[in-house]
Amino acid sequence: MSSPFAPVLPGSAIAGGAAPATPRDVPERGGPANPSAAAIAATFPASFIRSEVVWGDTTVYLRGDNLIGVVRWLHDDPSQRYDYLSDVTAVEYRDPEQELEVVWHLRSLPYRRFLRLKVPLAKGAPLVVDSVWPVYKGADWLERECYDMFGITFRGHPDLRRILMWESFREGFPLRKDFPLRGRFSRAEQLRQALSITTEGRYSMEELSVAQAFEDLPEDMRRRLSGGERTGE
Amino acid sequence: MGLSQVAPASTTFAPATQESWIATRLDFLVNLSRSKSLWPMPFGTACCAIEFMATAATRFDLARFGMERMSFSPRQADVLICAGRVPFKLAPVLRRIWQQMPQPKWCISMGACASSGGMFDNYAVVQGIDTIIPVDVYVPGCPPRPEGLLYGIMMLQEKVMREKMSDSAIRNEMEPDPASGLYIPASKIDELSEPFGNSVQQTRSGL
Repeated sequence: MSSPFAPVLPGSAIAGGAAPATPRDVPERGGPANPSAAAIAATFPASFIRSEVVWGDTTVYLRGDNLIGVVRWLHDDPSQRYDYLSDVTAVEYRDPEQELEVVWHLRSLPYRRFLRLKVPLAKGAPLVVDSVWPVYKGADWLERECYDMFGITFRGHPDLRRILMWESFREGFPLRKDFPLRGRFSRAEQLRQALSITTEGRYSMEELSVAQAFEDLPEDMRRRLSGGERTGE
Repeated sequence: MGLSQVAPASTTFAPATQESWIATRLDFLVNLSRSKSLWPMPFGTACCAIEFMATAATRFDLARFGMERMSFSPRQADVLICAGRVPFKLAPVLRRIWQQMPQPKWCISMGACASSGGMFDNYAVVQGIDTIIPVDVYVPGCPPRPEGLLYGIMMLQEKVMREKMSDSAIRNEMEPDPASGLYIPASKIDELSEPFGNSVQQTRSGL
């Protein structure tokens, strides 16, 4: 935060400096791989499982135990410089035996590279994986969404709670394959639970501006608020 | 009826200084002023809100119906127009907005999603806002064309014109809240009503 703002010029780290061109005739499988995949295999042989190129995009499969080390290296190393996290999501396949995959989409603006990382998580064990929030602060809400929809716990996330569904949602994780489309509860029960939400209650006291200004409020209003009265009525 | 019945000038009990006067029912006058100055509270959550904006804009011009002023505060609104799907997370918000509106108030459910959940027969979407708040007019369509919404508004105006001040029951707020004493068990609702919506499993009780 103390360092001055430095603009990132796309393609500035490429030696030739040629203008980018849309790739033509990209094969479904194979083709030129992202050089970062080979670099990961050489630097982190214990984490590397395999890599593949699909439609021109390189996917690297990793073991989850040192994920934060790999991502930090990809972000910090001058030969990689993946400075932008596009997305964090997960995939569950219809085959119940197949592992669930957590997916990270990384982009390197200086090298004009795109890299997809995948960590397979076995279904029998608790679904836990490292949070990349210490490296990319933008992963905060992306990982919350992934937790909300798939129930994957991100180790080291500062505030892992639901983001799309409401806090009191008790039916499970909607994008899992074992989740019924209409939910687990009856419509009447869903409606009853939804209507019992206190709309202010989803926010922590720190998030409410009235809580921040609590000390500055008039005495009578403070007394009423501390007695449990809600504002905005 | 009403304003067209102008009394003849020769009526003896009119004061001489008064040039003309009318006699009408108070219901008619009150309902006329109410129905021709409905201030809408737009509750737009999806694509229906785009059609609602088109209805409010120059070509279709809601101002012709006395709805020129969009009331973005429920406290000055007369008619809640729910345009779009309402997820369960928004259900208490919609309920709160409806409760904040002062009587007299009406509600238009615009589009398939607001009326029945539409194609979103899933875990996250309310299957019709009439399970949360009372609805006066349902406008079908996905989304309805502005003409459709205008027709619904005119239907609502007709409904307002037929209200009677002597009927106190029309202002009673009955909430379909399972915790309230007005709750009807789901089996009774299903016995009285038939399956509706786009799904064979969808019943009025929601069970």
